[in-house]
Amino acid sequence: MKEAVFHVYRGDAKGGALQEYKVPVEEGMVVLDAIHRIQAHSAPDLAVRWNCKAAKCGSCGAEVNGKPTLMCKARLDAIPLDRPVTVRPMRSFPVIKDLVSDVKWNFEVNKKIPAFTPKKDAEWRWKQEDIDRVQEFRKCIECFLCQNVCHVIREHDEKARFAGPRFFVRVAGLETHPMDSLNRTQLLKDSMGIGYCNITKCCTEVCPEGIHITDNAIIPLKERVVDDHYDPVLKVFRLLVGKKAP
Amino acid sequence: MSIRFETHDVDVLVIGAGGAGLRAAIEASALGARVGVVCKSLLGKAHTVMAEGGVAAALAHVDSKDSWKVHFRDTMLGGKMLNHWRMAQLHAQEAPDRVRELERWGAVFDRTSDGRILQRNFGGHSAPRLAHVGDRTGLEMIRTLQDFGVHQGLEVYMECTVTKLLLEGQRVVGAFAYWRENGRFVVFRAKSVVLATGGIGKAYQVTSNSWEYTGDGLALAYEAGAELIDMEFVQFHPTGMVWPPGVHGLLVTEAVRGEGGVLRNSTGERFMERYDPKRMELSTRDMVARAIYTEVKEGRGTPHGGAFLDISHKQADYVKKKLPSMYHQFLELADVDITKGPMEVGPTVHYIMGGVRVDPDSAASTVSGLYAAGEASGGMHGSNRLGGNSLSDLLVFGRRAGMGAAENAKKIPKHPDLEPAQIEAAEREMLAPFERTGGPSAYDIHARLQATMQSLVGIFRVEADLQKAIQEIGSLEREAARVTVTGAREFNPGWHLARDLRSMLLCSEAIARSALLRKESRGGHARLDYPKLDPEFGRKNTVAKKDGEAMSVTQSPLPEMPADLRAIVDAELEAVKV
Repeated sequence: MKEAVFHVYRGDAKGGALQEYKVPVEEGMVVLDAIHRIQAHSAPDLAVRWNCKAAKCGSCGAEVNGKPTLMCKARLDAIPLDRPVTVRPMRSFPVIKDLVSDVKWNFEVNKKIPAFTPKKDAEWRWKQEDIDRVQEFRKCIECFLCQNVCHVIREHDEKARFAGPRFFVRVAGLETHPMDSLNRTQLLKDSMGIGYCNITKCCTEVCPEGIHITDNAIIPLKERVVDDHYDPVLKVFRLLVGKKAP
Repeated sequence: MSIRFETHDVDVLVIGAGGAGLRAAIEASALGARVGVVCKSLLGKAHTVMAEGGVAAALAHVDSKDSWKVHFRDTMLGGKMLNHWRMAQLHAQEAPDRVRELERWGAVFDRTSDGRILQRNFGGHSAPRLAHVGDRTGLEMIRTLQDFGVHQGLEVYMECTVTKLLLEGQRVVGAFAYWRENGRFVVFRAKSVVLATGGIGKAYQVTSNSWEYTGDGLALAYEAGAELIDMEFVQFHPTGMVWPPGVHGLLVTEAVRGEGGVLRNSTGERFMERYDPKRMELSTRDMVARAIYTEVKEGRGTPHGGAFLDISHKQADYVKKKLPSMYHQFLELADVDITKGPMEVGPTVHYIMGGVRVDPDSAASTVSGLYAAGEASGGMHGSNRLGGNSLSDLLVFGRRAGMGAAENAKKIPKHPDLEPAQIEAAEREMLAPFERTGGPSAYDIHARLQATMQSLVGIFRVEADLQKAIQEIGSLEREAARVTVTGAREFNPGWHLARDLRSMLLCSEAIARSALLRKESRGGHARLDYPKLDPEFGRKNTVAKKDGEAMSVTQSPLPEMPADLRAIVDAELEAVKV
């Protein structure tokens, strides 16, 4: 049977190194299968997160040969096996152990977003076309690969001032929901730091769900922020009609 | 005496953060309880996220004749009348409100042409009844509950595993757990505990379930003295992936058949005509799973040992819109374009109908202070669950468990003191595998357990196999007591598995012993040596309970159904000869 060589990151917050493992290659095998095999046969304490094995839960994000991906989707027959396959944890988050990184920051960001707040006395009927876009945003499986590749987080570590693509997608899903009654542009502008995004589309490229993060979520949200907070015509209009900024 | 470990006091401790756990936590919190939620994975990754086809509720948006009574009847008939009538009644009556409530919390279901929640067909449902979002309904549900729940003040303890329930006399008063991240121990003092831990799929080789599905809640309940009912009823979902090997068992949603997919064998025959000519592919899961198994066994299987499931006669755009996950799953993992050709599918362990015996109205188990909801509870689905009835079950009984647990907590003025001896025993038990040397590996025992359950306690069962399985499980239990774990306590999957393995062994024993006792074939339990329904067994639940150090498995009479409900099912009963 054909064999593949894996160089898997072993270590913790204090440091670590790549360690070599050999794995027999089966038909249709993915990187996560290889990691499981290594666990069962050579390294029972090799730490990895996974759940569904079908790209539905978003648990097994890692960097395979430097490319951020879900390990359950990374087919070995699409990876050159004439040299070692490296597997490292997502780089933008602190390492807990081996392939497991500390993603708690994301859950804290999520809490700051005001929840869906339905309009009062509205009729709960809408057309499928009206929610196609909302449903696109709600496909997100929270793998945090977009957070991992976003250079604002990855290179500049602006976690304190920037929420990241995942949460722009979440807000976009709320803002475009036909029944939602809140306006979250102030939040986007201030604590979520949407202005830091300079639309390099790295997030869109890596999304396993194929969500058009930049084009469909971030750019329209940036436009809303501009309309609400920077448009001079609208500002004067609001002054005249006495309407408070949202 | 003070406790040496990190300790948290809550009114209600919910174990498990899937649909049932989150719904229970939200309800208990709304009733004023201080709620802690403990989950083995990150929030939002529980098994509910993988549910695909939809949530069953008689909203009557597509078929105006649908009603709770019809849903109730379908559920009872699907479960071959072994369901707890009161659970089936509450479920059918309350599911529509639970679905509408989810929409009020932000869920975005697919729409009918007149703008209401769309519903699709599913096996055993006599009307289009499943509210859905393409084939990712579970994701929609869990994300809605998660995002709603985090604003309700729930305290969520992620990547934390409960290993023992703490008792005061006969009453549950807390739980002992470890943090996966650092391996440290943590103690919860609670007035009520809700088990929402899901099922047991990982005891089998071929399963749609994730690593979390190791029967933890069932084992915790059993150890605390609760009754487990109807454990012999394991649902083999008829359609799991069969190739490539790495994805063997992964779920292929019933929505493929709901949307018009047809099953064929290697000769091209639409074989369901021979098994259930009336309902064909939309027969109940137990029937379709046995049909596919039989076709393969008799030499009419596909190249990789399954059946062909074909939806390619539908428009490609329609398939991609209604079954997007399936489209991508097959394209990316199996090199099959399902808009152009058939999938290969075969049975996969998906669900356990049995579980903790509960009071239907409050979800209280037979142990004071202990509640159970969702897959961890038993009774609702009888001997076979209909597709779509799980997501609705989670919502209906998750809410009821939250209510029951919160009401119980209100009656308890202060947390009882925990017994240090129990906590120390729980600690010793967890640390022992590090202190032993030369013992077997948990991975190895797990693999052997899976092989045993798959081959001896599978779709078709027979006395000699079950006897053999019980013996093998016993010897694996003895080996598991000697397991050695290497490495440190920080995020050590080998250590985690060593503990989960004990839950799986216990549940496997309950399944095998219950299966041995039920000498008939009904729903998810098919005996080659007793191939027919037996009305005597149809009046009994199987009960597994701890008796000293041994497991006692007995029968208890099924609760009597009131005449008005009986009348709802009676007319159809004749037709299907239950």
